[in-house]
Amino acid sequence: MTKKLKRNLKLILIALIFFMVGMLAPLPDIYEKGVFVISFLIVGLPILKRAGKNIIHGQVFDENFLMSLATIGAFALQDFAEAAAVMLFYQVGEFFQSYAVNQSRKSIAELMDIRPDYANLQKGEEIIKVSPEEVKVGDLIVIRPGERVPLDGEIVEGFSSLDTAALTGESLPRDVEKGDEVVSGCINQTGVLTVKVSKEFANSTIVKILDLVENASSKKANLENFITRFARYYTPTVVIVAVLLAILPPMFMASETFSDWLYRAITFLVISCPCALVISVPLSFFGGLGAASKAGILIKGSNYLEALAHAETIVFDKTGTLTKGNFKVMDIHATNGHPEKVLETAAYAEAFSTHPIALSIKEAYGKKIDEKKVADLQEIHGQGMTLRLKNKHIAVGNVRLMQNLNIECPKLNVIGTVIFVAEEGKYVGHLVIADEIKEDAAHALQILKENGVSRTVMLTGDRKEIALKIAEELRIDKVYAELLPVDKVNQLEEILANKEQGGQLIYVGDGINDAPVLARSDVGIAMGGIGSDAAIEAADVVIMTDEPSKIAEAMKISAGTLAIARQNVVFAIGVKLIILGLGALGYASIWAAVFADVGVAVIAILNAMRALFLANKK
Amino acid sequence: MLKTYKLENLDCAHCAAKLESAFNEIEGVIKASVNFMAQKLVLEMEDEKVDSVLKEVEKVKNKIEPDCEIIF
Repeated sequence: MTKKLKRNLKLILIALIFFMVGMLAPLPDIYEKGVFVISFLIVGLPILKRAGKNIIHGQVFDENFLMSLATIGAFALQDFAEAAAVMLFYQVGEFFQSYAVNQSRKSIAELMDIRPDYANLQKGEEIIKVSPEEVKVGDLIVIRPGERVPLDGEIVEGFSSLDTAALTGESLPRDVEKGDEVVSGCINQTGVLTVKVSKEFANSTIVKILDLVENASSKKANLENFITRFARYYTPTVVIVAVLLAILPPMFMASETFSDWLYRAITFLVISCPCALVISVPLSFFGGLGAASKAGILIKGSNYLEALAHAETIVFDKTGTLTKGNFKVMDIHATNGHPEKVLETAAYAEAFSTHPIALSIKEAYGKKIDEKKVADLQEIHGQGMTLRLKNKHIAVGNVRLMQNLNIECPKLNVIGTVIFVAEEGKYVGHLVIADEIKEDAAHALQILKENGVSRTVMLTGDRKEIALKIAEELRIDKVYAELLPVDKVNQLEEILANKEQGGQLIYVGDGINDAPVLARSDVGIAMGGIGSDAAIEAADVVIMTDEPSKIAEAMKISAGTLAIARQNVVFAIGVKLIILGLGALGYASIWAAVFADVGVAVIAILNAMRALFLANKK
Repeated sequence: MLKTYKLENLDCAHCAAKLESAFNEIEGVIKASVNFMAQKLVLEMEDEKVDSVLKEVEKVKNKIEPDCEIIF
């Protein structure tokens, strides 16, 4: 509790004691009134003061003024007990409201409590504790088990496993060793690491993420803007109606008394405070953004969180988004029934190559290659290799190499890159190498469809057959293949022109080379954000892991947040309207009016807090 | 120039909205955003008017929410 809240609580308690004395003690009338006035002044004086100050500054219609007017009205009606009670009740409500907001602010801050406090700087033999801001690029820092990685850098000594949960929402530890990059914000679990710092703290991943999250709610959602605009008209309107209520009926209807209608006018004044409305919506979005961060989904503004729920078309980049972007040997075929021999031959042929396809073959082979066995190795650019292995002439490469060497080989219709292997001028087998589809991609697309996404599209620079095969497997509606980066933007423009009104177009890419497309779409999502500054900057939403299923989770959080925000709007406006109606007819007391103001606010805040728990529980 | 300032004792969401619309009226402010939940003011200002904008921001704040403190 803050100092101010504690002070308010004390005032409320003291005022409450006076109020109870007034209610319960058998005092003469004049003393009783005096006790109520004291109780009123203890809690009401700050409000009266503020109201006076604000009027001097030309600020009418704020809640201090309205509450002052309402209670003074009650005194004028000789309702001393009610005047004191209303002010007391109002202050109790305000207290709960501030307390709830502070609590929620704290729990969201805790979600994001990943800022490193210190770094262990190595200076010669000594290790000193410094603040991360003081460490320079090239400095060596030591990270012990249990400590948070304070800065980005490269491991120069040690090995360990890192818990990346704070950044990605995944608690799967990642093993790292000498030469690996470490990202600030992770927690070192097992071993001592010495790291050479590669970025200053201000440019580090953790600071970028924190900035992004902290500034996220500055971009406001439509619903937030609506409620602010609504409040701007609501309060003056209700106040004007209150004045009319106090004056007109007693003036024109002889049977009506002024004091009765003044009382009704006072209830109006109390209900006219807009705070319950204004607070509930941004708080819901704040909670939703917090929940998303916790799940490793960074959303740059409430407007994007809102837009995600209305996703109509989702456009995916293929490589790195739906597929892993690495090549893998998917199939081996051998004429003599020994695929392992074909793989071994291919691996030896690629012994010295660093091409991604060569690396995938060597990875599939998995054993050590005795480079001395390879002789007369020749690379034929764009085709493959010829060499001598165990005194046999070997050729490994694509169909063009086979044709050039006049080696007969089968015509294959498979998806992916085919590498043929020939011995002594004769075809002995082939390998099929393809990009792997991510494990959760099919599931993710299915969930997206179930959640109301009407169209899924894939854009890729890859060959048409490959693209079609993947699209078929993942059940993507439309595919545009063999696109250059420029074509991707044009294609997106076309899709944008064809989408339904009000529907949102979401583009999902890996943040590399697709900045223009990310910027042009309604919501640009970049995937695999850790360590990629370009992605964090270009996208509206950054998914820290590389799982497409997080898009569905983001949509779920978005829909949940919107639902909560809408409930709050309907609830707050609804209760206010009902009590306004009852008040005008003379059925609602000032008590009900105070509930419509602060009670509703507290309930709306509690409801908004549910947004914090929208992320999937792990 | 884009600057973020911390706000202290900003107690009500409605007052935050009032501050925000008043800040946006100030000459030299391209966009002002008051974030009640994060207790932050994000000011986008014309570079050459920063000093006068900040003075005016403080003045406007004292008029509307004298309790609130902007940590410059």
